[in-house]
Amino acid sequence: MKMTGTVIKYGDNVDTDVIIPARYLNTSDHKELASHCMEDIDKTFASRVKEGDIMVAGWNFGCGSSREHAPIAIKASGISLVIAKSFARIFYRNSINIGLAIVESPEAADAIAEGNIITADLDNGILHNETTGQDYTVEPFPAFIQTIIENGGLVESIKNGSIA
Amino acid sequence: MGMTMTQKILAAHAGLDKVEAGQLVLVDLDLVLGNDITSPVAIKAFHQMGKEAVFDKEKVTMVMDHFAPNKDIKAAQQCMMCRDFCGAQDITHFYDVGQMGIEHALLPEKGLVVSGDAVIGADSHTCTYGALGAFSTGVGSTDMACGMAIGKAWFKVPSALKFELKGKLRPYISGKDVILHIIGKIGVDGALYKSMEFVGDGLASLTMADRLCMANMAIEAGAKNGIFAVDDITRAYVKEHSDREPVVYEADADAVYGKTYVIDLSEIGHTVAFPHLPENTKTTDEIGDIPIQQVVIGSCTNGRLEDLKAAAEIMQGKKVAKHVRCIVIPATQKIYLEAMERGYLKTFIECGAVVSTPTCGPCLGGYMGILAEGERAVATTNRNFVGRMGHVDSEIYLASPEVAAASAITGKISAPEEVL
Repeated sequence: MKMTGTVIKYGDNVDTDVIIPARYLNTSDHKELASHCMEDIDKTFASRVKEGDIMVAGWNFGCGSSREHAPIAIKASGISLVIAKSFARIFYRNSINIGLAIVESPEAADAIAEGNIITADLDNGILHNETTGQDYTVEPFPAFIQTIIENGGLVESIKNGSIA
Repeated sequence: MGMTMTQKILAAHAGLDKVEAGQLVLVDLDLVLGNDITSPVAIKAFHQMGKEAVFDKEKVTMVMDHFAPNKDIKAAQQCMMCRDFCGAQDITHFYDVGQMGIEHALLPEKGLVVSGDAVIGADSHTCTYGALGAFSTGVGSTDMACGMAIGKAWFKVPSALKFELKGKLRPYISGKDVILHIIGKIGVDGALYKSMEFVGDGLASLTMADRLCMANMAIEAGAKNGIFAVDDITRAYVKEHSDREPVVYEADADAVYGKTYVIDLSEIGHTVAFPHLPENTKTTDEIGDIPIQQVVIGSCTNGRLEDLKAAAEIMQGKKVAKHVRCIVIPATQKIYLEAMERGYLKTFIECGAVVSTPTCGPCLGGYMGILAEGERAVATTNRNFVGRMGHVDSEIYLASPEVAAASAITGKISAPEEVL
């Protein structure tokens, strides 16, 4: 899995209430959710995000509610990868289950700046900062998780019988 | 190397003699829960899996509580989708308006969870049932769909933090103060990916309502689950509410804990979490005058009968401050009825508060008490994130029912002793 994108950066403890406020949870339409993504901490996000952009954040990204609408909104807005110092556990699971690529790296999340261009090679666990030339190594997913991702998410894994 | 309570439950439900932290296991589930916001996404995923029927119609439950009674047309459509699905699948435990309550108050009350169970719910506060000595954790809608389809979920076996409770709570201090104190101490990611295990002599002074409130907020420290050692109080509660036999798992003497915190309950004061994180805690004696415009007493954290009793005793014969709107939300129909019979609702209404039907409503900024720009609320809810209860420039102060009730009377954040 490889992707290249421009970085949009946030801080620590970005919670699912700001990723997608509950007032929009009366729908599960992906496009509609994306149009309100991040709006309570960044009103400009939905209009400036481009297909393939990479989100970078601090500690405990995605804390709070279990709403799967949060990773769905991020993915539907065009974000190809989220790099954070750490993820809240339900958000982490949900991202894997719906096929949003996420990577934990305190070092990369510290060093990468807003607007940097990043190329991520997740199979080999390397993040390359095209803007600064720096490389960061990240831990690849465990085999169990890779099976789910290779099958295109949990739904597909159950459908094709690779998990039963 | 021994196992923690959580590890023992996971091992038993994975059909293994032993598990250790970090191991990936596929676990048989005793219950799969969803609400009116998360279930529609799960139902879509369930259909995409090509499944005809849920794994066990007795072990899937849906509760219409977040935006129900329907707050708008879209919410009505979502509830309808759940209702139709549960009808078609002949789901036994579907709770709609009239029978429903806030899910995490309702399920223990209905006896749907007992000690030793493994439970997932598409709601982050599913960790509440750890109070009963069950493994119970919040997941997303896809995990819920998978759970409905095959009755299993995958987990990475968590490591654990031990909270050794000793001493006894002081008057007008309750479980909410304890858990806010703990989150203030370890931070909102202090237990990330871990289980929080509560043990010790101090348990004897904690009611089941205190424990449910504390386990409920384990997620606010980032935990996978919070779990309490089972004692006579747990056994009596389970016996009163369920016909099922509890299975008691005790941690091994040589179980490994990342860290042990000794918490002296007698030292805990009235604890309030300031905006915009549950870890920003202060005690009421550390703060000056903070005027408020709204008080919310309710939620899956603090909408139980004991919470309403505590608030009613403080508000009895007094008046809500003129510029304050006080909203009381009994968490279930049974609690509502009991609070009515005991006269608590009369007390609230005479005091100038309003009493709502059970709903999650204001806690997540859905409806039934949304804040305007610049307004402040004292709430017995569980999150005070930016915009959680309304406008992005509003503020939420998390507190116990005792502090919330006193604050409603004075119009500023107050300890109960100020009005008694």
